[in-house]
Amino acid sequence: MENFNYHRPATTTAAAALMKKGKDAKYMAGGHTLLPTMKQGLAAPTDIIDLTAIKNFSGIKVSKTSVSIKAGTTHMEVATSKEIKKAIPALAEMAGKIGGVHVRHKGTIGGSVANADPAADYPSACLGLGATIETNKRKIEADKFFTGMFATALKDGEIITAVHFPIPKKSAHQKFPNPASRYALTGVFVSQDAKGKVRVGVTGAAATAFRATDIEAALSKDFSAKSATSVKIASKSLMTDMHATAAYRANLISVLAGRAVAAAK
Amino acid sequence: MSVVKMKINGKAVSGEVEPRTLLVEFIREHQGLTGTHVGCDTSQCGACVVHVDGKAIKSCTTLAVACEGATVTTVEGLAKGIELHPMQAAFKEHHGLQCGFCTPGMIMSAIDIVKRNGKNVSEEVIRRELSGNICRCTGYHNIVKAVQAGAANM
Amino acid sequence: MADTKTGVGASVRRKEDLRFITGKGNYTDDINLKDQTYAYFLRSPHAHATIKSINTAKAKKMPGVVGIFVGEDVANDKLGGLICGWGITSKDGSGMKAGPHPVLAQGKVRYVGDHVAVVIAETKEQARTAAQAIVVSYGVLPHVVDAAKAMKSKVQVHEVASDNRVFNWSLGNEEATNAAFKNAAHVTKLDIINNRLIPNAMEPRAAIGSYDTGTESYTLYTTSQNPHVARLVISAFHGLAPEHKLRVIAPDVGGGFGSKIFIYAEEVVCVWASKHIGGRPIKWTGDRSEAFLADAHGRDHVTKAELAMDASGKITGMRVHTIAALGAYLSTFSAAVPTYLYGTLMSGQYDIPNIYVEVDAVYTNTAPVDAYRGAGRPEATYVVERLVETAARELKQDPAEFRRRSFVKSFPHQTPVIMCYDAGDYGAALDKALEMSDYKNFAKRKAESAKNGKLRGVGFSAYIEACGIAPSAAVGSLGAGVGLWESAEVRVNPIGTVEILTGSHSHGQGHETTFAQLVVEKLGVDINSVSIVHGDTDKVQMGMGTYGSRSGAVGMHAISKALDKIEAKAKRVAAAVMESSVDDVEFKNGTFTVKGTDKKMAFGEVALQAYLGHKFNSSEIEIGLKETAFHDPANFVFPAGVHICEVEVDVDTGLTKIVDYTAVDDFGNLINPMIVEGQVQGGVAQGIGQALLEGAVYDEDSGQLLTGSFMDYNMPRAANMPSIENFRLGFTCTPCPTNPMGMKGCGEAGAIAAPPAVINAITNAIGVREIAMPATPLTVWTAMQANKKAAE
Repeated sequence: MENFNYHRPATTTAAAALMKKGKDAKYMAGGHTLLPTMKQGLAAPTDIIDLTAIKNFSGIKVSKTSVSIKAGTTHMEVATSKEIKKAIPALAEMAGKIGGVHVRHKGTIGGSVANADPAADYPSACLGLGATIETNKRKIEADKFFTGMFATALKDGEIITAVHFPIPKKSAHQKFPNPASRYALTGVFVSQDAKGKVRVGVTGAAATAFRATDIEAALSKDFSAKSATSVKIASKSLMTDMHATAAYRANLISVLAGRAVAAAK
Repeated sequence: MSVVKMKINGKAVSGEVEPRTLLVEFIREHQGLTGTHVGCDTSQCGACVVHVDGKAIKSCTTLAVACEGATVTTVEGLAKGIELHPMQAAFKEHHGLQCGFCTPGMIMSAIDIVKRNGKNVSEEVIRRELSGNICRCTGYHNIVKAVQAGAANM
Repeated sequence: MADTKTGVGASVRRKEDLRFITGKGNYTDDINLKDQTYAYFLRSPHAHATIKSINTAKAKKMPGVVGIFVGEDVANDKLGGLICGWGITSKDGSGMKAGPHPVLAQGKVRYVGDHVAVVIAETKEQARTAAQAIVVSYGVLPHVVDAAKAMKSKVQVHEVASDNRVFNWSLGNEEATNAAFKNAAHVTKLDIINNRLIPNAMEPRAAIGSYDTGTESYTLYTTSQNPHVARLVISAFHGLAPEHKLRVIAPDVGGGFGSKIFIYAEEVVCVWASKHIGGRPIKWTGDRSEAFLADAHGRDHVTKAELAMDASGKITGMRVHTIAALGAYLSTFSAAVPTYLYGTLMSGQYDIPNIYVEVDAVYTNTAPVDAYRGAGRPEATYVVERLVETAARELKQDPAEFRRRSFVKSFPHQTPVIMCYDAGDYGAALDKALEMSDYKNFAKRKAESAKNGKLRGVGFSAYIEACGIAPSAAVGSLGAGVGLWESAEVRVNPIGTVEILTGSHSHGQGHETTFAQLVVEKLGVDINSVSIVHGDTDKVQMGMGTYGSRSGAVGMHAISKALDKIEAKAKRVAAAVMESSVDDVEFKNGTFTVKGTDKKMAFGEVALQAYLGHKFNSSEIEIGLKETAFHDPANFVFPAGVHICEVEVDVDTGLTKIVDYTAVDDFGNLINPMIVEGQVQGGVAQGIGQALLEGAVYDEDSGQLLTGSFMDYNMPRAANMPSIENFRLGFTCTPCPTNPMGMKGCGEAGAIAAPPAVINAITNAIGVREIAMPATPLTVWTAMQANKKAAE
């Protein structure tokens, strides 16, 4: 890989300043997306701003109504958090399915959400739970956050500092991994809040994570597996690659949604 | 170039590295510890797994500069003198290796799995948590057996 | 009787393990030589193109660059091209059409990854950076990557082969076979694709070449399964240096599976170029992406196969036509794989009176295709076992019983396709497998699975393979460029320790243990007194290396012969020392005794006396205790067995899980059951990989390899394999009559047997006739959808 300047700031303010200064600077947390990309020669930033030394950048806080996870918190920390397992078990389970153990030891929620890989797992949870993404500048609703393939509402230099998840009445996550890469070939995160509002976040199936509004509508009327699977998903906007056709992904969305509803707790 | 200091296998080491120098390059090429291997370039195979501050990570996807002050354990640091770590002994006893290339990473991952899941870690959990380590020789059968046996003795 | 704990038949824990589990292995990339430089290969980004020009001027001025070489330099130096060591004659008598294969491309590139230039620099990064500054002007040509389309394509990969056909080879009696089909009461037909695989040994290939300006000799460290063959080829065909001026060392090698048999451009270039940079060593370590692009791939067959049966259901004939892709160039053994390692196995375990096989081998604009674990035999077994299974289903017969009725039952059995099976009991393996897999209760398990929304299926594979290709005169007559014997040297040291120098090479097989077990068995020495030396042409006499499951049957046989010579010589020494007739000396459990007396000497004492020479006449008995043997086997060995696979298919997603796998193998006598089981488990994993997960895909439009990393090429992981409880191994034993150990090869059986067992199980589960490998969730789901539609 090409060389770069390495920075390890202690505050988000310092990080943002470095980002402004760098010609083509990149933030890095766990590095499990950025470094492989650089090794393949697909990225060659001039500066890497390592966010892992920022003070108070990781941690989990659970209140009666929400789970707040600071950006630098690793997937392993989320997966094994007793508090999260109690509040939103599906969120801990989802984090436990990201990559492999080594990825979970290093990868962070902030990095994953900011990168917005169309096949990453967190975006489905963000959409499926109606999360709020907090940055060093503002708060952004998940529904408005994921704007395209590897594209988000983040402005240049903006750093995610935390993600807040409202605690639903019940929720569940189902993932059908790409057998080679272990990314989601399709992943579905379903939740139902105390008022009966249903959210269904889907990842891996299209250029960006999205909400399956047809399934949400069906589940709002009847929160049952059958209700979810009876929705015929249009394959038009879904991805086709050598691992899965759009039609297959459409099928996975309804199958996984049904399984999630059946497993929701 | 910058100087990075860390502790590898209990020994304080330092070396001049470029920002792009990977931890695995620092370990293999700067420190001459060639037990840690490189089997792929997409962070998938796990031949390079070492422990950094007690956690199993892929040293091919970690910058050496980012390990400033870290405590690193490689496969060479597991045995106490000539006394093998229980997981090393289990891999031999259960024929958990053939060509030996993936073995260091496997053993490092196995120890991490046991640390987090306990002595009675199930076969299912072992298989799932070995998803980041590829072996082409054994079909994993004896690796799983070895991890279970090693767990019991850890 | 020798030590039962460490002799033949014992599951001795491996002697080689200690260095691997402690990180002390010594693989090629672990070696660093003084003043070493680093090579980076610039590779073709195009599937097919002319090279109009290469400009290296700017790159040569880049920091750290020591040298840059291109095809023209190689040609000017008259360095020979890569060869295919097996010549195949076409049906019409013409020779195989071998295109030139320079180690650096000359005028043309023929696949993505073809070697265009090498940059040698002080560091790896400098070499890579400089390579990017080389300006190559390509004239992009149309390409063909699909084997089925190669002969009809307007693209011409090599000038010598106008229709891209390397050869059109046939085996068997065409006329008689056609007659059998004419008279058949039932014919089963299948179109079969054997998917292209990428071997992916976990250690990427690597090489360090150096030239000693003082001794004018070369040394090459390389990741090779057969360093002596590498030396022979580099000396004789590349013409680099005579053999005594070229030392090839293959140290610890991290898996091969065939892919490290071959002589590759990179290692030849590294050792050649060293002289041109003043003798500094040049190291090249391939990365995984390069392995995907430029290691020889495996399989890639497109086949039409037919099986003829009479009214009683007896198999009367088999007819097979295969198009076999060999890639853009002929790799070292490539031509042998879809011919003599393929057509000769078409009889399977069955008594088939008429067989005709025709193979068109074709060039495609892809990486070369050569032997990969099983090499031809998995492809043959897949054809035979898919046909037989399908025929049984069409005839509404139980697939196990249909096989049993069709088995060869008496031995020796001459097939219509060269092979003469020497020993076997196929029914015994079937019985055992049926018992172990609890076949009689399959229906119950199927019903249980159905309750959970899963379709359960069972599939059989009754395979035969032939390993230890031999004898040399026979393989020579079939086109082999080498003999396929093996050598051994036994050095007994004065205190009775033993060094075995073998031409076999261990890269995971555990030779350091199994070979030592044979020594324990034969000489009665402690296993810790035995060491195995291999992988260095300066230490070991000529040898042929390890592939095709040959090291037990051929390599150990050579050792056995040399040990017999040691025993004979030691007896003469013992007789002299104990003042008796050599005919009265007996050797048992490591002790020499004189019949009818209480005189005895331990093996170590005799060894010492052999070197002292105090107590015998050295003009009658030569001093020392060292013997060499070369062994050329009388026949192949024929391992066979029955594997039974049970799968569960998820109706909703098409995800297939191997829920039960039973392998019963007849490898004759086992030297080390633990190691043999490990070989089967690993082989089955690769077979399951082929059936469910792995498949190399080249893009038709761009000619690019789409499955170019572990992100897209699906390697088997721990969770893809059956659970410990549900993966059962069993053995039957009919000793091989052609070697004293009574053993057969075991290295490839799993990879050969598993794919048809898995696919037969899936087709059984979901009720379809055919399904393509790899049977990914998408493929299986799509097949189920089509099935559903057809039923509507």
